[in-house]
Amino acid sequence: MASIDIIREEELHDGHDEHHHHDDHHDDHHGDKYQSNFITTYIFSTDHKMIAKQFLITGMFWAIIGALMSLVFRLQLGFPEENMAWLKPILGKWITVTDGVGTLDPEFYYALVTMHGTILVFFVLTAGLSGTFSNLLIPLQIGARDMASGFLNMLSYWFFFLAGAVMFASLFLSTGPFAGGWTAYPPLSALPQAMSGSGAGMTLWSVSLVFFVVSVLLGGMNYITTVLNLRTKGMTMWRLPLTIWAFLVTAILGLLSFPVLVSAIFLLIFDRSMGTSFFLSEIFIQGQALENVGGSPILYQHLFWFLGHPEVYIIIVPAFGIVSEVMSVHARKPIFGYKAMVLSILAIAILAFIVWAHHMFMSGVNPFIANIFVLFTLIIAVPSAVKVFNWIATLWGGNIRFNTAMLFSIGFVSLFISGGLTGIFLGNSAIDIQLHDTYFVVAHFHIVMGIAAFFGMYAGVYHWFPRMYGRFMNETLGKIHFWGTIIGAYAIFWPMHYMGMAGVPRRYYRFDNFEAFSHFTAMNQFITVAAIIVFSLQVLMVINFFYSIFYGKKQTELNPYNANTLEWTVPIGAGHGNWPGAIPHVHRWAYDYSKGGRNIHQTEPLSPGEQDMGNDHH
Amino acid sequence: MAYTLDRTYEERLMRFRSQRFGMYLAMAGIVMLFAALTSAYIVRRSAGNWLEFTLPTIFYWNTLVILTSSVTLHLSWTSFKRGLQSQYRIFLIATFVLGLLFLVMQYLGWQQMTAEGLYLQVNPSASFIYVISGVHAAHIIGGVGALIVAIAHAIKLKFKVTSIRKHRFELVVIYWHFVDLLWLYLLVFFIFI
Repeated sequence: MASIDIIREEELHDGHDEHHHHDDHHDDHHGDKYQSNFITTYIFSTDHKMIAKQFLITGMFWAIIGALMSLVFRLQLGFPEENMAWLKPILGKWITVTDGVGTLDPEFYYALVTMHGTILVFFVLTAGLSGTFSNLLIPLQIGARDMASGFLNMLSYWFFFLAGAVMFASLFLSTGPFAGGWTAYPPLSALPQAMSGSGAGMTLWSVSLVFFVVSVLLGGMNYITTVLNLRTKGMTMWRLPLTIWAFLVTAILGLLSFPVLVSAIFLLIFDRSMGTSFFLSEIFIQGQALENVGGSPILYQHLFWFLGHPEVYIIIVPAFGIVSEVMSVHARKPIFGYKAMVLSILAIAILAFIVWAHHMFMSGVNPFIANIFVLFTLIIAVPSAVKVFNWIATLWGGNIRFNTAMLFSIGFVSLFISGGLTGIFLGNSAIDIQLHDTYFVVAHFHIVMGIAAFFGMYAGVYHWFPRMYGRFMNETLGKIHFWGTIIGAYAIFWPMHYMGMAGVPRRYYRFDNFEAFSHFTAMNQFITVAAIIVFSLQVLMVINFFYSIFYGKKQTELNPYNANTLEWTVPIGAGHGNWPGAIPHVHRWAYDYSKGGRNIHQTEPLSPGEQDMGNDHH
Repeated sequence: MAYTLDRTYEERLMRFRSQRFGMYLAMAGIVMLFAALTSAYIVRRSAGNWLEFTLPTIFYWNTLVILTSSVTLHLSWTSFKRGLQSQYRIFLIATFVLGLLFLVMQYLGWQQMTAEGLYLQVNPSASFIYVISGVHAAHIIGGVGALIVAIAHAIKLKFKVTSIRKHRFELVVIYWHFVDLLWLYLLVFFIFI
């Protein structure tokens, strides 16, 4: 360290340009100069704790928009004959009123479905989930004062905001937002004249997604760098809480897969505006033959799903981590099979990159190649089953606190099993001939990566709410939220399996004019009613959230759950830098709950002869 | 006690060191972008209806330009570490000029293609060359921007070889060598695949 001391004096005058580095280390008595006024504290903050809240609240905004869209198209599916004229003040020209009866414009129905998917997958379950909890927990749980670069972290949020602003603007276009499905397959996405949303709507969609990818990459680079480089003394990789492992793997997945989506969008933009033929070939549109020759729409699908499949793990892996942590804390037991949990996350992450073509079984993929993808897809069941087994084993014999966070964690496991099992059916290319593009697929992915990821997010929000706001959320409202949501979610998606098995296709505007599906009318109505009830429960959660920020029960103890991890050593309402003094050192793994009848914090040194997961000799 | 971001000099240095690692991650992301584009090229090529043509000769001369720029940047870097201020500045500016020259010559290369009738829209084989070399040129522009910042530091700040400055300059050096190698990969790819 001698060499460092020599250059130390010189560098104080180096005129370094990053704001937060201005506080010189030789003066411990002033706070963070950058985070000093309203704008730098609440808007352009570089503090990871504030950025986490920004991601969460922006994600909540988008969740409400996305869910409201689903209610509109559920009304259409459940009650296609009903008068929708009352929606005209909001939806305007997308409701056509003839003889006093309002009907939803079919093109806009597709736009709603498309936007619902895009918003929920990217803005809510990627940015809102991984963005929120990676930001909140990585520095706090590994013992760092902030991310490796607070500035890039701030940019990450603002690129997300920009992506959202562009997408939001597209909702108000006179031709409507993009309507060709969240996967944006060409030719609907490649030809501006293909449908009304394919023009300006698709342009804004692609611009928005490029901004979004920039946000994910800036965030991901920061998360990986921080976890691998800025851990406090003693925090070896095998002592990391599972949340951190999950966020690390999520960020790696994003870093390696999102650039591929960008390449697809680049080529798409050239096809749209420069007349190239990457994805277009021999197309007639409105009786007019186009000049494009030689392109391949399948090529787009390969590029898209090379991101698209890892993307579903980017969504669910953070939930794995959150649920593992919350369960261990509230079952007062060490997580069962810690290393198996880590290795199964890694196995799932590796497999994520070699299964993408199972989204394309019916797109003309060579059936022999499809078999390889079937094989790898089914192998994912193994690490997934390991995780489920370990969660159940963690609960087994635990001294369980059935609070809202724990309930959502248990609910997550239930949903992950139900939705995961149907994945085994869909992963078979033969069964996929019947099930592809039906409501069976809709039911599968909504349960396993939609609702389940939401449950992981809710578990995290209820559990770490005091860490964010110094208050607790209301437990009674939380439990109503939980029970209503788990029953309601199953009520919505369970019946869809039967519809899918009967061949009811997804994305259709109405079914009542198909004789074969007429017996599902009552089921569709039931699903719509359940969706409305579940939505109102989420509104209850949002009310609980904002009410509790200001009026919730105050956090009085530093470590209210008696948890072992470092985030509970940070003072309530801590400023930028997290620990006012030195960063605590770590001496053991995060899960010594009820060890020898007591709970041992990570900061407590090992007693002589005690073995530990992070020890070199085991 | 008040909160500060980097309480000790070691914490600050650790943060700086970690930025080099972050740069490697950014490079991994860029590699994936070009891996996707070039594998799309292979997939599309194997589907047939593929116009074969020879690359514009300017692309070969330009390879020489970008390789030379890496050499000058390396010389600037070693001069910086040895404390040779004027050589550090001269080689840095030379790198910047060569970087600009590369961009200009890429543009001339595209013009040469167009002059030969290989318009962007003619065939995906030509479209891919434009798009892939264009996306690469965008990354060179980023590198030129970084060089401008490095030159501003070299001229404005009092010359001192400190570890934090070394880390900062090293980021530029790593990135520039990376986009150089990336072009080499693309050229070899275009020739042989």
